[in-house]
Amino acid sequence: MKNALLAGLILLGPLGAEVTVIQNATIMSEGAKGTFKGTIVVENGKIKEVGENVMVPAGATVIDAQGQFVIPGIIDCHSHIAVDGGVNEGSVSVSSMVNIKDVINPEDIAIYRALAGGVTAANILHGSANAIGGQTLLLKMRWGQDAEGMIFQGATPGIKFALGENPKRAGNVQGGRGAAPTNARYPATRMGVEDVIREAFNEAKQYKATWDAYDAAVAKGQHPIPPRKDLKLESLKEVLEGKRFVHAHCYRADEILMLIRVADDYGFKIKTFQHVLEGYKVAKEIAAHGAGGSTFSDWWAYKAEAFDAIPYNAAVMTRKGVVSSLNSDDDELMRRLNTEAAKAMKYGGLSREEALALVTINPAKQLGVDNRVGSIEVGKDADIVIYDKDPLSNFSKVQKVWIDGNKLFDRDSDVSGRPNKELEKKKLADKEKAATPAQGARRPQ
Amino acid sequence: MRNLLTALLVFCGCAAAAGNEAIAIRNAKIVTVSGPVINKGTVVVRNGLIQEVGENVQIPADAIVVDGEGMTVYPGLVDALSTWGMPGAAAGAARGGGRGAATTTAAAPAAPPARGPEDRPSTTSWIKAADEIQAGDKRIETARNAGFTTAAVWPTRGFFAGQGSLIDLLSGEKAGEMVLVPSLGQYISFTRAGGGGGMGGGFPSALMGMIAYVRQIYLDADHYQLVKDAYAKNPRGMQRPEYDRALEGVLESKRILLPANRWVEIDRMIHFAAELKQPAIYYGLREGFEDRSVKYLKDANATVLVSLKWPEKARDQDPEQEDPYRQMVLREKAPTTPAVLKKNGIKFALYSDGLDAPRDLQRAVKKAIDSGLSREDALRALTLSPAEIYGVQDRLGSIEKGKIANLVVTKGELFDDRTKIEFVLVDGNKYVPAPEVPTGGRGGGAAAATPNGVNR
Repeated sequence: MKNALLAGLILLGPLGAEVTVIQNATIMSEGAKGTFKGTIVVENGKIKEVGENVMVPAGATVIDAQGQFVIPGIIDCHSHIAVDGGVNEGSVSVSSMVNIKDVINPEDIAIYRALAGGVTAANILHGSANAIGGQTLLLKMRWGQDAEGMIFQGATPGIKFALGENPKRAGNVQGGRGAAPTNARYPATRMGVEDVIREAFNEAKQYKATWDAYDAAVAKGQHPIPPRKDLKLESLKEVLEGKRFVHAHCYRADEILMLIRVADDYGFKIKTFQHVLEGYKVAKEIAAHGAGGSTFSDWWAYKAEAFDAIPYNAAVMTRKGVVSSLNSDDDELMRRLNTEAAKAMKYGGLSREEALALVTINPAKQLGVDNRVGSIEVGKDADIVIYDKDPLSNFSKVQKVWIDGNKLFDRDSDVSGRPNKELEKKKLADKEKAATPAQGARRPQ
Repeated sequence: MRNLLTALLVFCGCAAAAGNEAIAIRNAKIVTVSGPVINKGTVVVRNGLIQEVGENVQIPADAIVVDGEGMTVYPGLVDALSTWGMPGAAAGAARGGGRGAATTTAAAPAAPPARGPEDRPSTTSWIKAADEIQAGDKRIETARNAGFTTAAVWPTRGFFAGQGSLIDLLSGEKAGEMVLVPSLGQYISFTRAGGGGGMGGGFPSALMGMIAYVRQIYLDADHYQLVKDAYAKNPRGMQRPEYDRALEGVLESKRILLPANRWVEIDRMIHFAAELKQPAIYYGLREGFEDRSVKYLKDANATVLVSLKWPEKARDQDPEQEDPYRQMVLREKAPTTPAVLKKNGIKFALYSDGLDAPRDLQRAVKKAIDSGLSREDALRALTLSPAEIYGVQDRLGSIEKGKIANLVVTKGELFDDRTKIEFVLVDGNKYVPAPEVPTGGRGGGAAAATPNGVNR
């Protein structure tokens, strides 16, 4: 009973019923007020009030953030953490039947580390081995919850596309030509990548037509046998219906334009271009399509297709009207996206607000959740981070993080809890050592 | 006569045919499992069935009488998930959670890699263990020497490995005589049969691909059934549905076995089974002790099979190497899983998971007992509970009149280090374990095999 109760507490505890007030903080956020010193009131997991002069409700937990900085939780638009059993279903060129949702690993320590870096939500993507990859979704870094509890409910799910080197190289050990026939996987060229995507959508359109005809017949009161449900085409049908966002891994300008043409031909939209290192060359076209660009700050030349990258990319795309963000693609870089944002001030001269937007409100827009997160405004989810110093300084450290009004990271208790954890570990190690017979006394096996 | 018979048994270590004769074990302690322990009583066995059991039982005139003074009679042990008797099933092949990679004999001809679910990769859903059983498998005898009389034997290679069967551990008989239940359900694993996979190596390669594959198969099976029914009703003017043995195998399986070791996997698989609308049994359960696991299992009213292969430090591990805390906790707590499940009223049975040497099995069960499981509950988890889980509690799992005569007779308490198994009855056939011969080298599974093997 006690155990069940405890489990219940662990699973259901963080409902954020109590009221939390953060006072005297320098609040940096998108919104009418810009950067100012004030108070935030959090109730029932939402931001109830924010302003310079706010009444503190009776019985509230008050946190004095004098001298500290508060920003909305950071959102990483491109991450592969918290996934069990591989991020690439690399066996086929179209793996749209697979879904990250099936393999969420809520105990990946990278979640906690991301929290400790101020990240509160991340777009968990399938890998880039396939022209059309797997289905993706948005998670909140609700450390301690189960898989279901991690999911950003209400967010539109996505699908990963990938262009260029990765999908054409995967499965083609020697670039396609001369590869062992059993290993060769179509495509082996950029032309092939386009073809694979077009073929898949040809199929998806036919599939959609079959289902539409069936639905129409049912609506007329007929009872036909339903068509076979095909998971691979089901997700592409959702793309055609605008119910699933396309997040396309890409590098070069030519392939970006190619995908825009394909999307126009088949009547779907690309929600974000990911990495998009040559986005600055075709920013106007990206903006015209209505796609976002989620790029790296200053990471390039790690392969041929990444040679034309410039650190001004995020700034240039922003200036040309592309909703831009900076992502990590990496569980380590994920912990310091705040300094990634700061680089866009040095390269490209973005303002502090614009720079911060690259990792907060902009990724929220790109993921279609800007009505819920990405800024500190009344009615939004209480996903809040306190830094000890200016978050755009590389000397700043995250102090506390709330998601939905629940404090999930607290630097003080983390640091003070470490000796106890070490002690527990040592106890177990000693116990094991005592139980292991000495060398030589072992049973011959 | 009796002496002669005993002598014969000792020498050849193999079965005495029961014929019509009865065997009566008298003056023995009888642990019935289903009822109270009979401190001094008699069990009469005839025609492979338990004819009588009780304190005051008339011993038939034609019975071979065994004086059970100082002996204890238990129901024969049941391995709830086993590969004993399955051809080419390497030890450990039945491991859960995708950890035990299938190895040797899956002689995969150079078939082109699967390009999607349509190619039915690593699927042999139509095969039944009952049709594959090799009565001469040495492990059958080894297991029997540890007190096992029955095993739920499963094909374990691939995503839809095939259908398990409940068999009695007879030696040298025709395999058909061993079968109690030909199909127990479908074994699902997230391990590819015979390796392969990866980039261009055939679908699926990642866990999410395997899950998607299983999901697609059940969607296909539903659709297949619909089309088949429609065709059966009115074939005229309708295209004939294509026969699909993979889907046939799935459709004829009345339950599924799903691997789940970590609490994350337990949660994941419970959701998955609900989505597939399939009655499921979860196997593995290394983290069954976790509060969360218990909560999920309770909420789902789940049935589980707990692996007896407790996580241990690798034998050849550098003594200086420090393991992660998490791993140490797992080693410490995993054997408490049966006790925790019992306390929380979760239906469970234990299974051998690649262990087959009597000593290893006995140690593994003892470890669960030392970690809080009562002896009675340990025994139940290896007798009546698996019988109930597979719906054969009317035939097996306890010592009751009319049930199958599967018994273990010991000197000392079962699962104790020094306990000697006097003999075992399987379907009323008496087997006397040969003394265990220590052998060198690893994989001592064959250590107790008698020289007079039963290979065909």
